[in-house]
Amino acid sequence: MTPPTATGSEAPSKERKTLDKVVIRFAGDSGDGMQVTGTHFTNTAAILGNDLSTFPDFPAEIRAPAGSLPGVSGFQIQFSSSDVHTPGDRPDVLIAFNPAALKVNLKDMPANSVIIVNTDSFGEVDLKKAHCATNPLDDGTLDKYQAFKIPITELTMKALDSIKFKEKDRPNKERNKNFFALGILYWLYNRPMDTTMKAIEREFAKKTTPDRPIVHAAQMALKAGFAYAEATELFRSQYTVPAAKYEKGIYRNIAGNEAIAMGLVAASKLSGLTLFYGSYPITPASTILESLSFQRAFGVKTFQAEDEIAAVTAAIGASYAGALAVTGTSGPGVALKSEAINLAVMTELPLVIVDIQRGGPSTGLPTKTEQADLLQAMFGRNSESPVAIIAPATPAECFNSAIEACRLAVKYMCPVFLLSDGYLANGAEPWRIPDPASLPKIEVKFRTERDGWAPYLRNEITLSRDWAIPGTPGMEHRIGGIEKSHIYGNVNYDPENHEFMCRVRAAKVQRMAQDIPEVKVHGPEDAHTLVIGWGSTYGAIRAAVEECQRRGQKVARAHIRHLNPFPSNLGKVLSKYKKILVPEMNLGQLLFLLRAKFLVDAKGVNKVQGKPFRVSELIEVIEKECK
Amino acid sequence: MVAPTTPQTPASAPAPKYTKADFQTDQEVRWCPGCGDYAILNAAQQVFAQLGFPKHKMVMISGIGCSSRFPYYVNTYGFHTIHGRAPAVATGLKMANPELQVWVATGDGDALSIGGNHFIHALRRNVDIKILLFNNRIYGLTKGQYSPTSELGKQVKSAPFGSLDQPINPITLALASEATFIARSVDVYAKHLMEILKKAAEHKGSAFIEILQNCNIFNDLAFEHFVDRERRNKYNVSLEHGKPLIFGDKRELGIRLNGLNPEVVKIGENGITEKDLIVHDEHNPTLAAILSRLNPPATKDAMNEALAKNPASIMPLPIGIFRNDRLPTLEERVDAQIAQVKKDKGEGDLRKLMFAGDMWEIK
Repeated sequence: MTPPTATGSEAPSKERKTLDKVVIRFAGDSGDGMQVTGTHFTNTAAILGNDLSTFPDFPAEIRAPAGSLPGVSGFQIQFSSSDVHTPGDRPDVLIAFNPAALKVNLKDMPANSVIIVNTDSFGEVDLKKAHCATNPLDDGTLDKYQAFKIPITELTMKALDSIKFKEKDRPNKERNKNFFALGILYWLYNRPMDTTMKAIEREFAKKTTPDRPIVHAAQMALKAGFAYAEATELFRSQYTVPAAKYEKGIYRNIAGNEAIAMGLVAASKLSGLTLFYGSYPITPASTILESLSFQRAFGVKTFQAEDEIAAVTAAIGASYAGALAVTGTSGPGVALKSEAINLAVMTELPLVIVDIQRGGPSTGLPTKTEQADLLQAMFGRNSESPVAIIAPATPAECFNSAIEACRLAVKYMCPVFLLSDGYLANGAEPWRIPDPASLPKIEVKFRTERDGWAPYLRNEITLSRDWAIPGTPGMEHRIGGIEKSHIYGNVNYDPENHEFMCRVRAAKVQRMAQDIPEVKVHGPEDAHTLVIGWGSTYGAIRAAVEECQRRGQKVARAHIRHLNPFPSNLGKVLSKYKKILVPEMNLGQLLFLLRAKFLVDAKGVNKVQGKPFRVSELIEVIEKECK
Repeated sequence: MVAPTTPQTPASAPAPKYTKADFQTDQEVRWCPGCGDYAILNAAQQVFAQLGFPKHKMVMISGIGCSSRFPYYVNTYGFHTIHGRAPAVATGLKMANPELQVWVATGDGDALSIGGNHFIHALRRNVDIKILLFNNRIYGLTKGQYSPTSELGKQVKSAPFGSLDQPINPITLALASEATFIARSVDVYAKHLMEILKKAAEHKGSAFIEILQNCNIFNDLAFEHFVDRERRNKYNVSLEHGKPLIFGDKRELGIRLNGLNPEVVKIGENGITEKDLIVHDEHNPTLAAILSRLNPPATKDAMNEALAKNPASIMPLPIGIFRNDRLPTLEERVDAQIAQVKKDKGEGDLRKLMFAGDMWEIK
């Protein structure tokens, strides 16, 4: 983009320019409302028809010491008039609410980018908290940027002069500084305020009283920010980012966890099964539990368990009873659930395990993203323990992936991992809402016919056993974690039977390959390099490969949504390329599987910083490798 | 590949009225000869037959340990799960289908060590499940290590110089966990045990039954010094709702409260009458907490020592029902909340759920 210019003295009228895409980052204390501000901006951009992608980045501490470096919370959005696949590499605009926010984010800002700072929070104490020896506002730090130094707090106070909070008047007014800043941005990018005005009304109406005019204050601050930007000479240009070209349809914004919750409810409707969701609160998966606990009208039974193990074992109990059983967690929780997951493997009961991956090992980086649980999902249990693994590529895709995980679990009577991550969970993008009537039904038939039935008799095509649930007359039988005999399922320690059952359980999961789509390759026919990824790296890989293709590189890309079993054509696809690059936010886990399974000399592109790939990082690697 | 073995369930349709045989499976029972588990299984099968509850709606859930083989021997639905987790599996099962009658068979290690967390939470949620704790004060299936109910100083393979862990009191723990039905019986008290199992089956809510069970291989005669036929009357006191706590060979002894401390008294001595004794009230968990602390000496040696020192002060073992209260169960609360929300908001509509929030249309 061409950034607005802050230099020059005469500015008789403001000019208007059109941009294709803009990246904005909001940064402040975790109590400054950065996530809220970012979300309002996002919703407005969405309603205006921009394509967009967001990246909320918050600290692990709920309220780290105010003004401190670890307490900085950020929200980045890229909005555009063309396709957007990532939240953007480097921001065009940074709004920094305090010195810590400025310091933490400055390294990501390109020269000549726009930095808007709230000068009211650059006092001596604030600087000390951020470990700034000198004031970055006047020590030359900002020289290479276009810095807009605005006393946002004082301007907000002035704007709200006419209203009065009975208690804590000043702090209550001050907290609206984020809306003032949002107003500035709305003017700068020529956005209407009505979506946010309505949202404020909707959100705060219940809490507002004549003594606590919350709605009024927020709305006034927003309008004041807008008017300030319009009137001040500071801003010379106003920008427009036109609507993107979308497929026809009705859209909304959706974040990954929201999409998973909705997908699970949809799967419950499509299968006619009661949804049972067992979970123990854990970042970044808790919001799924929260969303689902709200869906009582759908008969959803949520169970906030005493621990991760109870969450999964209760789900297994529910599955045994004939419910659509799901447990949700993050990597550390999966570790605790591993023995129970094996019980579902052994008893061949359907179970969906949602793993919203985060930085590890151990507690690791709870609020940061990573995709390093792939091998845990694949191998992290004792003995031969085959499970299916699905990984959505984008926040919106989480909806379909959740349905797909449920469909495979009940059809093949086995555990299915749904591997999302912190980036997909909290990141949002526009979603063309599908017609619920167009979603394929999930066929479930409980076995009620005794004749010709045995607990471990299998369907010849899927190798799955029948789901015969307690309450069905005449079919009383016992299952359990001890090895069981083929067909009748009685306790059995026979060596040949054990090997047979191990092979059958593995073969059953591999049979799913007949039921999943082939992997698609995007790129020129004569490409010699393939960039292949999985999960949330999709956006960065796609943007980088498309850019390289524009630059004439003979490179193609593919994205795997099914990690176990792999799509049936994957081996054939890989064999076509001289060079295979596998970008992952881990030290090479898909790489390991591809090399082991297909004996290809694939090469890893790895990043484990708790942050997604930048498009530019990938372009650099691809160009180097394509030489 | 191997030839299929025999079917689990005999093909004949169940008789409308059950006999014990209807609850037996074709699986060979593999407990050690002489194990107390046989008596418990026998009592349970007889009670199940008497209940008249449709057996296809009954489910036996267990964890790991000798007692946890229980489901394989009862011809209902059964699920032998993993170590310690049976109460959690049972919770999910019961929430998903409240019509089922769910029994959990567990042991002192399974329920109180590895599964301690699930045990307390299943009880406090008042899930309508019946937990049978086979307490033999030893790890049997792993061949004789001390358990969370083993007495201090117990010399076993994993504690050759004596166990250093204070044992847990299962009844006190169940009370603290807010179980709404709490009882105790003994494997060899067939009639009493059946009575208690029947009451537990009738109870709606979390039921916990501690069954003292003899492990004749690794902890033989652990309870003999107070459950032996000769000693039962003298060292057991039966808890009956509304009745005073009287025991002894000639029912000459009683328990009264001295302040908050229970003490053994002789009826007729020092002017003590039945009126001075504690009257059991199964709706009073505070009283139950006091009674849960009554324990005869833990070992034969301790018993002999007490007999030598002060035989009159030896506390009897309370058996029977400590607590029995009807309170809303978890699954009742879940279903009521779902019904209420459906009433207020209408049946969930997927279209409305998906088409919500800030939307925009591209034409």
